[in-house]
Amino acid sequence: MQCDICGKKKATVHLTEIVDQQMSEMHLCEECARQKSVQMEQQFGLADLLAGLADMGSKTGTTTNKEAAAAAKTAALTCAKCNLSYDDFRKFGRLGCGHCYISFKEQLDALLKKIHGSNHHLGKMIAKTKKTVALPKNKKDDLSTLRQDLQEAIHSEDFEKAALIRDKIRDLEKKDK
Amino acid sequence: MRLDDLINHTGEWLKGTGPYAHIVTSSRVRLARNLSSFPFPNKCSKKELDEVLETIDKAVSQIDLLKDCANLHISDLDSVDRQFLVERHLMSHDHASNPEGKGLVLSKEEILSVMINEEDHFRIQVMQSGLNLTETWKIINALDDALSSKLGYAFYPEWGFLTACPTNTGTAMRGSVMLHLPALVMTKQINKVLTAISKLSFASRGFYGEGTQASGNFYQISNQVSLGHSEEDIIQNINGLIKQIIEQEEQARQALQLQNRPMLEDKICRSYGLLKHAHIISSQETIELLSMVRLGIDMGILSDVSHKTINQLFLMIQPAHLQKIEGKKLNAFERDTKRASLIRQKLGG
Ligand SMILES: [Zn+2]
Ligand SMILES: [Zn+2]
Repeated sequence: MQCDICGKKKATVHLTEIVDQQMSEMHLCEECARQKSVQMEQQFGLADLLAGLADMGSKTGTTTNKEAAAAAKTAALTCAKCNLSYDDFRKFGRLGCGHCYISFKEQLDALLKKIHGSNHHLGKMIAKTKKTVALPKNKKDDLSTLRQDLQEAIHSEDFEKAALIRDKIRDLEKKDK
Repeated sequence: MRLDDLINHTGEWLKGTGPYAHIVTSSRVRLARNLSSFPFPNKCSKKELDEVLETIDKAVSQIDLLKDCANLHISDLDSVDRQFLVERHLMSHDHASNPEGKGLVLSKEEILSVMINEEDHFRIQVMQSGLNLTETWKIINALDDALSSKLGYAFYPEWGFLTACPTNTGTAMRGSVMLHLPALVMTKQINKVLTAISKLSFASRGFYGEGTQASGNFYQISNQVSLGHSEEDIIQNINGLIKQIIEQEEQARQALQLQNRPMLEDKICRSYGLLKHAHIISSQETIELLSMVRLGIDMGILSDVSHKTINQLFLMIQPAHLQKIEGKKLNAFERDTKRASLIRQKLGG
């Protein structure tokens, strides 16, 4: 049997892949299988999901200028901390830092829900909750809460937390513009 | 601990004991964790990667549970040693192929390993023999608690542990069970079972050697969802699913036996005979034959060979293992002859 990818070498690796409940068998040579296994890990459904999400909104009939503008705005989003653009995240499927979760909160909220069927963590918490900051719950009334949190953090000299909150305020202000 | 010491051992998780060991070879739980003060590895500079490695190495050295572990930097290892660790399921292929800034912490019995600077800052893995996810979770949870007291994790209460890939966010836990399902394959029911598994949001793949080798009727089943459920719930769900698959495999084994015992005996004993007497053998052929021998032990057809020996052979017949045993590089043909002689020696052929 020849390899399904290169069609040259003998297939020695037989993989079963299940995508969207469809099972397919692949017969590969050792070399192609190695490349494939790296790819598979990386793509594992994610590329499709991301593409699907990106298409949401534009798929339903004619795209209005407003929708197109919103999509362009999303693509141009960039994480303030690591400089990753949302567009690059969509291409490669990897976030650049913890702060990306704040920078792309709206988009990730929908994405996580799509991947996991939930966007709420129910697993273990970590002991040092001081180090963590609650994510904004909804955009409007959050700025005031965040500013309050910021004052508190500065007051208690927790500057790491303060910096995180400051970044979030900046992000929110940017979005509101 | 020296890497070469591992050759003469079989990892604790391959000893062939534990619940349902006739069908389940091993259970594994993996947790992904990131530090809050660095970008994820894909966005780290070389200098930052080294700093992450140093930070985690330091935390590891302060933890009692990890006292006797080997602490390796992948760039210090040659290509055979790297491949050797991949073949033993102690690190991923990806980790081996881009060694810069990467580390591996490894316990002597190979129960636990920590990959540093793979896709996430670190990934803890604990493996046990048989269907043993609950115990495995307890061990890894304790280890995670110890590490989290030394390291600031990237974590938000609403979304849990933050990971480079959003498919891992939340518990960032992956529980996997490796199953040997020859009877479901022989009775052509395996596709039906795998399709059912995928409908329940579990991932399955034909498995041997992380996708780089033939399957030999081994399948790895793991959870795909990591957010919205507690770790205990996820593990309970996997356990429930695995027990159903075990039941199906057992029924299929019964059916094979009732249908045509002589044919089954013939297939198994021929496989055993080939392994005992071959002088040149590929890894592909070996894995298929070993799978039959394993089934023969389970069904009481073969009695002079143990699960442990077979599990050990599954490891030792791989390319890097053969080369480490021989102490030099071997080409494909040399490996095929060395493999055959090793099997003859182990099975007393
Ligand atoms: Zn090929
Ligand atoms: Zn970022």
